[in-house]
Amino acid sequence: MNAHQSLAVGQPIAPPEAMSRAAPEPDPMVRFAGISKIYPAYRGKPGVNALQDIDFAIPRGSITGVIGRSGAGKSSLVRLINGLEKPTTGRVIVDNSDISALAGRELRLAQRSIGMIFQHFNLLSSRTAADNIALPLEIAGWTRADIKARVAELLTLVGIADKHDRYPSELSGGQKQRIGIARALATRPSVLLSDEATSALDPQTTRAILDLLANINRELGVTIVLITHEMTVVRQLAKEVVVLDAGRVVESGHVADIFTHPKHPITQSFLAEVIGDSLPVSLASRIVAEPPAGGQAVIRVQVRGAGAGDTVVARLARELGLDVALLSARIDEIGGQHVGSLVLGIPGRGDAQARVLAWLSHYQFPAEHLGYVA
Amino acid sequence: MSPELINLIIQATGESLYMVGIAALLGTAFGLPLGVFLATSRKGELFAAPLVNRVLGAIVNATRSTPFIILVVAIIPFTRLVAGTSIGSTAAIVPLTIASAPFIARLVEAAIREVDGGLIETASSFGASPMQIVLKVLIPEALPGLVLALTLAVVSLLGYSAMVGAVGGGGLGDLGIRYGYQRFMPEMMLAVVAVLIALVQLVQSAGDYLARRVNRRLRHR
Repeated sequence: MNAHQSLAVGQPIAPPEAMSRAAPEPDPMVRFAGISKIYPAYRGKPGVNALQDIDFAIPRGSITGVIGRSGAGKSSLVRLINGLEKPTTGRVIVDNSDISALAGRELRLAQRSIGMIFQHFNLLSSRTAADNIALPLEIAGWTRADIKARVAELLTLVGIADKHDRYPSELSGGQKQRIGIARALATRPSVLLSDEATSALDPQTTRAILDLLANINRELGVTIVLITHEMTVVRQLAKEVVVLDAGRVVESGHVADIFTHPKHPITQSFLAEVIGDSLPVSLASRIVAEPPAGGQAVIRVQVRGAGAGDTVVARLARELGLDVALLSARIDEIGGQHVGSLVLGIPGRGDAQARVLAWLSHYQFPAEHLGYVA
Repeated sequence: MSPELINLIIQATGESLYMVGIAALLGTAFGLPLGVFLATSRKGELFAAPLVNRVLGAIVNATRSTPFIILVVAIIPFTRLVAGTSIGSTAAIVPLTIASAPFIARLVEAAIREVDGGLIETASSFGASPMQIVLKVLIPEALPGLVLALTLAVVSLLGYSAMVGAVGGGGLGDLGIRYGYQRFMPEMMLAVVAVLIALVQLVQSAGDYLARRVNRRLRHR
């Protein structure tokens, strides 16, 4: 890996392996170069450094998640991409043109190739589903006949062709977001920005909407940028991830790399939301510090990587000749990689516990000794 | 009541409707754009011009705080300039328009401000110009509120029109004062009040109905 690559995509804090795997294409869809965004003090409120030292690129055709807690700067970041906000310093290059330098009519033309969907859908209550989707086309000056054909096509694409004449107040949240997606895609944009688009939806509807976005990415090749505070969204959909905290990028790269080796506490806390790092209450309450007679040592093993957890218990039992008990396990898949932890019970006779820890360490499974259970 | 008196009432009703109708149209023609501008020209908004916004706001407030009867008399030279005369129903339309436009502007401003700011951002995100945002988003979305605002303006104009008798404007109010009060004909006064009540009811009901018709928010649960 060379210095130029790491400068373009990775962040100083990101682990080297993540940066090398996230090597930039020569021609990214979006590139942030030296971005900062400062909201000046206004009416007694102090100024806010919303974004600082932002340098990364979003590959063409990718699905990139930008994850962070509220106030991390996600919304500001996404609004820089479609020119709704101007950076205080730096440039935002979208599809080879510097959108941060455009204004007026030129900016409005550029915005037609960037679609956006919103947490609260932002549909016009005075327009039917079809007319909502038609709005960006009317603004772009399409003819009535072209609009009609395009709207029918889009309604079918998002799977609500039968809701043509319905008003938003007659539709469910999921249906409204489908209209939002159709509207965002109407002018055939090359980038689709999603600002917490599933945060107001129930888990089942969220899944359906994320599936739809995945289809759109696959079939239309649209680059998708997902702003979210929900790990489930990143886990289900994103291939690349940028972790944002307090206005800075703290990690970025392939989802699998970032979440199998999370370095920053924020990344670790997002991961914990999915895999959980707490023991089941019934187990935690039984753990004691001193080995009781005939008890088991409790060891937690971190599982990271493709197929990593599949055979660890069996191999441990076979190679060390021990009756390894599985007390608790939680494994999930993120970006095709297994991520999770196993809690093992090791029969507490002799040096078994030390041999297990040595074996795990040899095969590079991070492990910790939690105590004993009877 | 004699046929002559009934004829007087019919004629006066016609004059009132004429003055109020034209003044409402003209007041809307000036008040609607003014209201949209007032709602969208503060700092950081669509047509940001904070200074112009403050100056216009001050003018609107000044006009609205001038008692109508004083306004009528004070602008007589201007009325003569515009209408060619300062007497009669047509001349009365001038002060009625000048009084109603700022009123309508404030009502329009309030209705436009009710529109969810997220919709402006949404339209901007797909490259709508400020004018397109006004015409395709703000006005259609504020339409139920705008209809109710205009209804309120027409009702107020009916009240104002009673005062233009002072400059020979005629109309129901003038009839009530001259016959009902000055000639002490209580039945005339009652008849005028009854017609005015009926007109206000009619205007308000029509406005409510129209506002409900254009409101897509609540109609379907």
